[in-house]
Amino acid sequence: MWTVSASLIPAMLLSIYVFGLRGLLITLVSMISCMAVEAISQKALGRPVSVSDGSAALTGILMAFVIPPGVPYWLPIVGAVAAIFINKELMGGLGFNIWNPALVGRALLMAAFPVYMTAAWIPPIDWSKSAVDVYISGGLDAVSTATPLQVLKQYGLSAFTQQFGNLSTVYQNFFIGIKPGCIGETSALLILAGGLFMMIRGIITWHIPVSTIATVAVLSWIFGGETWFSGQPLVHVLSGGLMLGAFYMATDYVTSPTQKAAQIVFGIGVGALTLLIRLKGGYPEGVAYSILLMNCLTPSLEEWFRPKRFALPKQAPVAATK
Amino acid sequence: MAGSTFPKGGIHPEEHKELTEHLAIEQMPVPDQVVLPLSMHFGAPAKPVVKKKQEVQEGDVIATVEKALGATIHSSVSGTVKAIETRPHPTMVRCDAVIIDRDPSAAPRQYESDDWRKLTREQLLARVKDAGIVGLGGAGFPTHVKLSPPPSAKIDTLILNGAECEPYLTTDHRIMLELPEKVVEGTKILLKILGIKQAVIGIELNKPDAINVMSKVAQQSSGSDDLGVRVQGMQVKYPQGSEKQLIFSLTNRAVPGGGLPFDVGVIVQNISTTLAVFEAATMQKPLYEKVVTFSGRAIKRQANLQVKVGTVLSDVVNYLGGTEDLLKIVSGGPMMGFAMSTLDVPITKTTSGVLFLNSQETNVDPHGPCINCGWCIKACPMGLAPKEIGIYVEAGKGHLTEKFGVFDCFECGCCAYVCPAKRPMVQFARLAKIAIKKHG
Repeated sequence: MWTVSASLIPAMLLSIYVFGLRGLLITLVSMISCMAVEAISQKALGRPVSVSDGSAALTGILMAFVIPPGVPYWLPIVGAVAAIFINKELMGGLGFNIWNPALVGRALLMAAFPVYMTAAWIPPIDWSKSAVDVYISGGLDAVSTATPLQVLKQYGLSAFTQQFGNLSTVYQNFFIGIKPGCIGETSALLILAGGLFMMIRGIITWHIPVSTIATVAVLSWIFGGETWFSGQPLVHVLSGGLMLGAFYMATDYVTSPTQKAAQIVFGIGVGALTLLIRLKGGYPEGVAYSILLMNCLTPSLEEWFRPKRFALPKQAPVAATK
Repeated sequence: MAGSTFPKGGIHPEEHKELTEHLAIEQMPVPDQVVLPLSMHFGAPAKPVVKKKQEVQEGDVIATVEKALGATIHSSVSGTVKAIETRPHPTMVRCDAVIIDRDPSAAPRQYESDDWRKLTREQLLARVKDAGIVGLGGAGFPTHVKLSPPPSAKIDTLILNGAECEPYLTTDHRIMLELPEKVVEGTKILLKILGIKQAVIGIELNKPDAINVMSKVAQQSSGSDDLGVRVQGMQVKYPQGSEKQLIFSLTNRAVPGGGLPFDVGVIVQNISTTLAVFEAATMQKPLYEKVVTFSGRAIKRQANLQVKVGTVLSDVVNYLGGTEDLLKIVSGGPMMGFAMSTLDVPITKTTSGVLFLNSQETNVDPHGPCINCGWCIKACPMGLAPKEIGIYVEAGKGHLTEKFGVFDCFECGCCAYVCPAKRPMVQFARLAKIAIKKHG
């Protein structure tokens, strides 16, 4: 799991460039508090302390990556208690949680501190105008912007292009990661690179990320515009937490299915729910809730999609008694 | 040559065969005492037919199984029965055994050969039975029973298992290299007993020298009769030598779950077993010595030794110069073998190797919880989901795992090998099977 954390370092570095040091500090607070909550709760529950396995640290990094950079420093500590103590340790520890811990952290913060979680955005630092002091104090006083998906949802595509430039500029900036958003989710490029690295190392396979992203692309093209088949798939794919969610959250071993066919169904579910929330729901973004909802289905997907046996039994086995 | 293989799962563990694959078979000096367990076969334990202080000759019958499934046991030395008592056993922990002190003045017994081709099937089968031969691959199923399939079974192919896919082990490899004529001749004896014409010897491609030698000898002997023996190379992938995987690899036939090889017209024999059949059929020599690989980096000298059945491990360790940084002793291969807790364990008929592993070769770290990564499912050659079985067993619900196909599991250890949490998957499967049987 330390390998997965390492693959997130490029996205972290870009976040420092875009939002200033604040993003890094929030991430450190989140990571350390997740590790501390794990150690304390394991001690309290009389379990062996397993902080060194890197699981809590990864949860901390991922949770910070999906909260806005302008939140107060104590906020991730609250999230860590929800993510690690309630969602993981009280469920039985590593391997027994139903929901992705980082996303449970985010969901609790969204419900309890909606103002911070939906408004503490920082516009990307404009390096042609800003001095170094902005970089260091980055974002402390700059909370007057909105995410692309908020603009798109509230004011439509024309307002969106007015604020973020024409579509080709948008694609370029969004792909690299120059846009307002959560700490680690902005750069499609670096998340893609991290995802490919994990695939090459055999940590994840393509099934969940590709089916998730493809579903969002197709459905946003069909339903995302004024009329049918006139949506902007790339805007939806490159915005919000989709890339980070598809590669790093939906692929979490514990909370996602193991069979390829089940993984594709899981990915389609995440993608479809995401777009349903984005287009019809109350929130501008829905990746986190979509993954949490699909996490609920994982045990059933494991039950419905069985591995193919070497050979069928000679006689049907006697049904096991419950 | 691409090499045939099985359809799913499998792993590529480090082979470690370089330690012993180039070492010629070496005769170990006869030990002063042998311990012959009464259970060295699948079936009922044998009943001793000798008494304390009785004198026995090398090759004499010392225990038999009358009515039940089992195999005769012979003395591996000439000497005196010292005791019949409980001793450590490699897989059963403890087992009754006949202990024989060697008479140092006795000369080794000589056997004369005759022409097996003049004997009938029944006579050959009787010689196999009298020799107490069992499957030497590890299961120890009595060979004379395996060679008498029910009349309903339509057997058309004999398969010889030369895969030797377990890391470290090189006994079958050395036997094929050094005694290819005997193996091919033994194969033909088996064909005659079964009344069929064709045999395939499957060998993994990591033994090209054995493939060469065996192909050549099989070809040379092909003119002498109408019995066809051919050699087929197989991909290097564990568990290529497992019965069901081997049969699929060589014949494209899948043995159904709960079924036996003869359900698809096949009988499988091991290389060492075939050598024993040759010696029994041509010389009436009982099975009381065999080639065993002693390897691992904790023993001073690795070797392929021809040892008497009943030789205790401590005698072998002394002969090979002792151990250093010894962390684990395994009887069998590292994937499917059993860990030993004492050097008082004897070599049995089914011991194919004994490994002395040091701290670099094995670890005894505690295991973690299942994180549902699914790697065990990808590795399982039977298409099971081993993680479920483990989770059920840990939750005390092992008796509910039959629906997951736990009885298809032949404990190859692929799942345990790939598990990132180092979970003891094979032990979980064994516990699940015990729980189901207990539950009725």
